[in-house]
Amino acid sequence: MQLLKLKNTVPFMSFRKSAMIFSLVMVLASIVSLSVNKLNLGLDFTGGTLIEVGFDQPANLGEVRKVMEQGGYDDAVVQLFGSANDVLIRLGQRDNVKAEMLGNEILKLLKDGTGQDIEMRRIEFVGANVGEELTEQGGLAMLTALICILIYVAFRFEWRFALGSVTALAHDVILTLGLFSVLQIEFDLTVLAAILAVIGYSLNDTIVVSDRIRENFRKIRKGEPEEIINISLTQTLSRTMITSLTTFLVLLALFFIGGPLIHGFATALLFGIFVGTYSSIYVASTVALGLGISKEDLIPEVIEKEGADQEELMP
Amino acid sequence: MLNKYPLWKSLMVVFLLFFGALYALPNLYGEDPAVQISGKRGLEVTASTLDTVKSELDNGNIRYQSAALENGQILVRFDNYENQQNARDTLMKGLSDEYSVALNLTPATPDWLDSIGAVPMKLGLDLSGGVHFLMEVDMKTAMDRAKVNMTDTFRAKLREEKIRYKRVAEAGNGVEVILRNVEDLEQAERVLKRVDPGYLFVDNEDKLSLKVTMSEQKIRETRENAISQNITIIRNRVNELGVAEPLVQRQGQKHIVVELPGVQDTAKAKEILGATATLSFHMVDQDGDVNSAVNGRVPPGSFVVYDQDNRPVLLKKRSILQGEHIVGANSGRDQQSQQPAVYVDLDAAGGDKMSRGTKGNVGKPMATVFIESVASGNNPDGSLKFKKEMEVISVATIQSRLGRSFQITGERSPASAHNLALLLRAGALIAPIAIVEERTVGPSLGAENVQLGLQAIMWGFAMVLAFMMFYYRKFGVVANLALAANLILIVGIMSLIPGATLTLPGMAGIVLTVGMAVDANVLIFERIREELREGKSVQQSIHQGYDAAFSTIFDANITTLIAAIILFAVGTGPIKGFAVTLSIGIITSMFTSIIGTRAVVNAVWGGKKVDKLSI
Repeated sequence: MQLLKLKNTVPFMSFRKSAMIFSLVMVLASIVSLSVNKLNLGLDFTGGTLIEVGFDQPANLGEVRKVMEQGGYDDAVVQLFGSANDVLIRLGQRDNVKAEMLGNEILKLLKDGTGQDIEMRRIEFVGANVGEELTEQGGLAMLTALICILIYVAFRFEWRFALGSVTALAHDVILTLGLFSVLQIEFDLTVLAAILAVIGYSLNDTIVVSDRIRENFRKIRKGEPEEIINISLTQTLSRTMITSLTTFLVLLALFFIGGPLIHGFATALLFGIFVGTYSSIYVASTVALGLGISKEDLIPEVIEKEGADQEELMP
Repeated sequence: MLNKYPLWKSLMVVFLLFFGALYALPNLYGEDPAVQISGKRGLEVTASTLDTVKSELDNGNIRYQSAALENGQILVRFDNYENQQNARDTLMKGLSDEYSVALNLTPATPDWLDSIGAVPMKLGLDLSGGVHFLMEVDMKTAMDRAKVNMTDTFRAKLREEKIRYKRVAEAGNGVEVILRNVEDLEQAERVLKRVDPGYLFVDNEDKLSLKVTMSEQKIRETRENAISQNITIIRNRVNELGVAEPLVQRQGQKHIVVELPGVQDTAKAKEILGATATLSFHMVDQDGDVNSAVNGRVPPGSFVVYDQDNRPVLLKKRSILQGEHIVGANSGRDQQSQQPAVYVDLDAAGGDKMSRGTKGNVGKPMATVFIESVASGNNPDGSLKFKKEMEVISVATIQSRLGRSFQITGERSPASAHNLALLLRAGALIAPIAIVEERTVGPSLGAENVQLGLQAIMWGFAMVLAFMMFYYRKFGVVANLALAANLILIVGIMSLIPGATLTLPGMAGIVLTVGMAVDANVLIFERIREELREGKSVQQSIHQGYDAAFSTIFDANITTLIAAIILFAVGTGPIKGFAVTLSIGIITSMFTSIIGTRAVVNAVWGGKKVDKLSI
């Protein structure tokens, strides 16, 4: 069977102006949100303490909050996590001594304060410096990934394609970060991993498209660059749809079944794959076209020289 | 002929898959409850310990599956958790304190798999439950102490050589020595240069000063020492905790990772990791009577400490020297008697104390006492009770007045001498450490994570299988075979690589791989359809489809691999786990979806006259 039966070439590139405007607006909106709302950085980056406890019955958040306040932890953020029986407590950085013992102290406080048998599910403590180092490393990782990929694509293809695909990647990363900023979903290390995976996936898509464009530039003798890009996008469209669909399916499984710890990860990838598919069609190709990609750029040099010679011979 | 694989190529695919499946197999067997017995403080567990363990268990009427001595540890397997618990209680009572008895889960891998090195995947702490600590070594203090040591050494050396100096003091990133005249300055420089080749000297004749700094290499050495010393101490401490398969590992320039699977009581773990061991030297009280002291009549100014063989020794309370003055300790052999010996180096202040303390005591015995804080049950309020435990580790006769360097003999074996040197160094902890990160996962959350992860993989897998079969029919089945083979290979390779750990994000990586791995087949199949539409023959289309799609698949996967490798390089813990499964998944999926499916396609359709393809 076939998902799409396309008789004619879809004129993708004729929508490229509207797509460009759309992308620019989205990128700008993301950047505005990132600078105004910032990211809701998780414990991994901010440092602090996090305690997840399990109650036998649905937890009484009011009581937990009261116990925390009485214990002198006014800044504690108390919320349900995953199920009604699980409570997540977050505490910011503290200057007083023995920050690493905080988790244990709170566990004891809750046990005594609520008089219930509480199960320790998770304690995380991250020192301030560690968080700073991670933020630095995370940013560095993303930049390194982008640069390495730029070099590889430039080496394998052509600088116009490389610039196109890296623009597409930056587009995807900024939009995904923007989503996390707008919805204020917690941004932790797993989300960072997901964004690097988005880079990988989006690039996968872009390369498949670029590969076909290159092939068609060589194969189809006549035709404007725009037309050839349209043909290539149409040819790869059904593959793009199917792969996005299967990846989407497994991510839905991860989102709904994988548990609350992996929610942010699945969200970033679901969104990232969505924009990644869009950007490999519009952003990457549009940039390459805008930079003036032409047949001559992609045909091996020997053939080009032969052609040039003939032209010279002609009267 | 088109689309025929040579036999060796098909055999290679079968062989690799068989291999992958073989090494993935141990993951299907469960785990046996077990008890693990190891010696504390480097004590060896021997065959006789094994006999003791067996007889203790037999006496207690506790049935066990097997008991064996492996890698310096005794592992006893049981059929159920009840026996395991009973056995631990019995063994803790039956064996002396020198052994640590830990509960453990051991893979129930059959012997024939074990013998070819097939073991199950290692689970990360987020799946198995346990504590992860990141400890930071305080390098500033380490360097400060090195400077203090430099100052002390220089003063002592100058005094020893009878060179008069005005001042020796720390200055900036080194030490400044100010002398009285130019001759002294030259002499001092010559003398001090011999102390350590790692020091750099700059003299200033106008100011009569000598500025000494540490060379890059010396600084690096000092930092390295601070880290490795801390690792040694933490290993010792962790052994005290009785944890099965702990991990103590260096990470980067100044961090140490400690992973304790299965540990729940993190408060206890932290206190034990934070507690310190130290040493002190005492003269043996030869006037008092040991036996009456044991019975309660201790002479004033003395106290009783037991040695390793549980014999009492009567010591003077006043210590000659405390462990913080030790700057180095190495084991070796005494040059004359060839007995195992420990060479100890003290700082200048320690040398003075030692010298004063031993001056009038030549010919008398001196004892080295090891002191450590050990958790010994709980206080009524639930907090941990610490007992100062003391043990005489050696008694040696003072041969001559001791100074900054001396040797202790009386150790029974080179191993115990080595161990003593290690403990002595531990007493001289040069850089304090602090916990800067903790991640504790309770056992129920760990088990839940495994369940959720497995379910997500199964659901994702099932949906992709259904879709591919529906969409590409028979070729879809081929792609599905490749997908299943890919899963098996990922598990097999993860089990085979010793450092690879499965984490929750790692499981997410497998899910993602399942979704993305079909991409290669989608590319190939779409290409074959295109070729068919263009009117090429079935065999031509298959051939062209695989050929044309290859470079695309390769390029696309390499770039994802680049992202995964960068993630591996900068990520830690669970994130590394994601990078590992993702990278392995990319490589195995290229194999199964290109070479694997081609083998099947060739075997079924290749080289025959086929009119219509089920694609």
